[in-house]
Amino acid sequence: MDNKFEFEQFEPVTPVDSRVNYLNAKYGIKSWLLTKDHKRIALLYLASVSIFFALGGVYAMLIRLELLTPKGDLFQAQTYNKVFTQHGIIMVFFFLIPSIPAVLGNFLIPIMIGAKDLAFPKINLLSWYIYTVGGLFTLWALVNGGVDTGWTFYAPYSTTFSNTYVVATGLGIFITGFSSILTGLNFIVTIHTMRAPGMTWFRLPLFVWSNYAASLIMILGTPVIAITILLLAFERLMHIGIFDPALGGDPVLFQHLFWFYSHPAVYIMILPSMGVISELIANFSRKNIFGYSFVAFSSIAIAVFGFLVWGHHMFVSGQSVYAGMIFSIISYAVAIPSAVKVFNWTATLYRGSISWDTPMLYGLFFIGLFLIGGMTGLFLAALGLDVHVHDTYFVVAHFHYVMVGGTLMGYLGGLHFWWPKITGRMYPEGWARFAALVIFVGFNLTFFPQFLVGYLGMPRRYHAYADEFQVLNVFSTAGASILGVGMLLPMIYLVWSMRYGRVAPANPWMLPGLEWRTASPPPTENFVATPVVTWEAYEFAPPEELQVIGKFESGDKPDHPIETREDLPASDHRV
Amino acid sequence: MQSWIPFLPEAASTLARRVDALYLYMVAVTIFFSVLISAAIIYFVVKYRRQMAYEIPRPIAGSIKLETMWTVIPFLIAMSMFVWGASVYFAQYRPPSSAMEIYVVGKQWMWKFQHSTGQREINELHVPVGRKVKLTMTTEDVIHSFFVPAFRLKTDVIPGRYTTFWFEASKPGRYHLFCTEYCGTNHSGMTGWVVVMESTDFDNWLSGSANQESPVAAGQKLYQTLGCASCHGANGEGGRGPSFVGLLNSEVQLEGGQTVRADEAYIRSSILNPSQQIVAGYQNIMPTFKGQVNEEQMLQLISYIKSLSPNQTSGVSTTAPARSNNPRTGAATPEAQGASNPDEQRSNPVGATPPRANQNGQR
Repeated sequence: MDNKFEFEQFEPVTPVDSRVNYLNAKYGIKSWLLTKDHKRIALLYLASVSIFFALGGVYAMLIRLELLTPKGDLFQAQTYNKVFTQHGIIMVFFFLIPSIPAVLGNFLIPIMIGAKDLAFPKINLLSWYIYTVGGLFTLWALVNGGVDTGWTFYAPYSTTFSNTYVVATGLGIFITGFSSILTGLNFIVTIHTMRAPGMTWFRLPLFVWSNYAASLIMILGTPVIAITILLLAFERLMHIGIFDPALGGDPVLFQHLFWFYSHPAVYIMILPSMGVISELIANFSRKNIFGYSFVAFSSIAIAVFGFLVWGHHMFVSGQSVYAGMIFSIISYAVAIPSAVKVFNWTATLYRGSISWDTPMLYGLFFIGLFLIGGMTGLFLAALGLDVHVHDTYFVVAHFHYVMVGGTLMGYLGGLHFWWPKITGRMYPEGWARFAALVIFVGFNLTFFPQFLVGYLGMPRRYHAYADEFQVLNVFSTAGASILGVGMLLPMIYLVWSMRYGRVAPANPWMLPGLEWRTASPPPTENFVATPVVTWEAYEFAPPEELQVIGKFESGDKPDHPIETREDLPASDHRV
Repeated sequence: MQSWIPFLPEAASTLARRVDALYLYMVAVTIFFSVLISAAIIYFVVKYRRQMAYEIPRPIAGSIKLETMWTVIPFLIAMSMFVWGASVYFAQYRPPSSAMEIYVVGKQWMWKFQHSTGQREINELHVPVGRKVKLTMTTEDVIHSFFVPAFRLKTDVIPGRYTTFWFEASKPGRYHLFCTEYCGTNHSGMTGWVVVMESTDFDNWLSGSANQESPVAAGQKLYQTLGCASCHGANGEGGRGPSFVGLLNSEVQLEGGQTVRADEAYIRSSILNPSQQIVAGYQNIMPTFKGQVNEEQMLQLISYIKSLSPNQTSGVSTTAPARSNNPRTGAATPEAQGASNPDEQRSNPVGATPPRANQNGQR
């Protein structure tokens, strides 16, 4: 470490309440509900996504409570079936899929590429309304009696046998799908056309790359689930034989259509999260990411291969043995780019200046959980082994490690990382580290025993189970209680910090990304002047280079000590 | 053979240990990489922890050599898993030619079994140790999945299709049978037991409750009562409709030039949707039997038609003799005839009338 720059301990900037930013530019409920500002829309999403997450979390706790004992004593079977179905539907369609793209992506993509807004601000607002309508529709169905098909809606149970609100719930998901499509479209057009001068493709932060890859999946995949839900509704309402063999249909066709979307949907959840992790690892090691182009293209490779592996959900569904082999080998292929990312993240740490701040803790925990989640994916891709563990708790544990461990770690890490930018306030570091640790421990205690109980043969979606599985289930429920407490903490202190947190400077972590070169919170138009990018992604120049873009007002202090140089005026903004 | 490795379920089939071996290989690879990467991360995080605010470490360029290495090595390991997994899968899904055949019908929320000698069971399946058993499965309603953890085997049971499941039990005992495809309200109650018995005990059990109608005999009776015989011949030799003799697994020439292999699914669809696949040279005159034949009767009809292809039928390799095929009129309904306790059965002399009343009482 011979290239070390020494500076005095950084002093936080004094609050400048007079500065106009996107939060205080306008007041009133109308200014929020009719806003076209991507940052305000991101906050609208943050509110709605949090409500769904809390609801899904309550369902999760109910499931774990029921499974504390082998007997089905807390609920009746039918109630339990509704609880796990609704837990899945809410978490997958209304939290995991929109969480990172719609909240963090919406807020950050325009700022990261130096644009004033997304390409279609009105469509952006429209997609939030579509999401809300779809969500309310689904909530209405749940309040009126719920649905018991499992979030997978397998036919012919969903089309012919279930007596619950299948079509209403399905329509809620159908509607919400359009929100996903529009968001993806908006991101792709924005990233293609609105990058600031000098912001070339290979200078993009990796968060932008991974959201780009996820947007491709949203646009290409979501129409398929929409069509599938419509076909399901046609069969259920009009008895047109598509899936039910009694009407001349094919039930396995439903699984093909469903997984053609729903497998790539996993990558809609995990790719943006991987983007967050790339940001966290590079920025909190204060180093350029190791193998930038490999990490960037691995996102694209995951998005492309991810479309070709859906059949691995049907290894035991009477699919031909040869089809099984092809899906198995492609599933292994999709694991490689994920492994490449993990290796590059690890290599980035080498000789870094590694901070132990909360966002970095989430970044490291992500790698840990994703390691286990990813490696157990290899178990499930092995044909002969999947035959045993398919539809057992092994699968439940695996996809919670990948989807929840992966997406939730990225979401929480990103939320803490950009919290000062979003709200202009710092979160309380001590509490945040403690909560991160509690969540990590609780998560592992909840889901690791499920691998074991799954290999022992406990099937998923069981309301009552055989006695010998109880010990591991007790561990799991205990872990879930810890995880639940851990999840409550950020909800409390983040809301608290919005009012009482330390005022955040423009660049609290001293980072080179564009989002740190504007004020915290940013002005409505993001930058005072359009930035011109002359640096590579994660180029940690000496701090005098890291200046806030835009003119300093009188009373503003720079966010970091500046050694004034003769050839640069103090207000230089690299334009 | 209880394993010293914790968290492995009991292994009671010839394939179970092969699945376990694959599993343990993957556990080993997982532990290796998890420890390797976690150790590297922890080491880096401690060694290179931030000493000073805003210090800027020297940037490190990427390395094509390293990238190639950590692309190729995981790929090779992944391919070893693929090949191993596929070889186990082939063993699991390729049923051997000589296996005793048992028919399975799933319905919300029970498993119904019928042995080729006629015995019916519900939620309990008796099988012998050391003999290959093939299950041909379908369902009356939604998708179910037949899972025996001790055999490390599972297959979805799909309406309108026949899926198969074969195993050779290696250890006597009672093993869990679970439904693993969510099938509605009482999904978690759709469980049962597979009872693996010593070969001789099984034969006693089988003959002990033997005076039931075999699927072939029941199918033959249905063949007469449904009027199949009027077109396809009294013994399936053909007439206005095509012959069934030697049909199974033969290539059938269809009207329009296509050919189709005459498997169970073909026979089923020809009964339910006769006009869909017309055999070349025959007229489209057969009415549909949809709604007139339930899934169990369908399996009986199919097993009768299969019995007309003597070289093709999977030999009923039980030692229970043919006398158990005596059709017995007035047989009780399937639900009324249940599994019976092997110990109770053992006391019955071979061929003697079993205590029926007792069995009915058990249900």
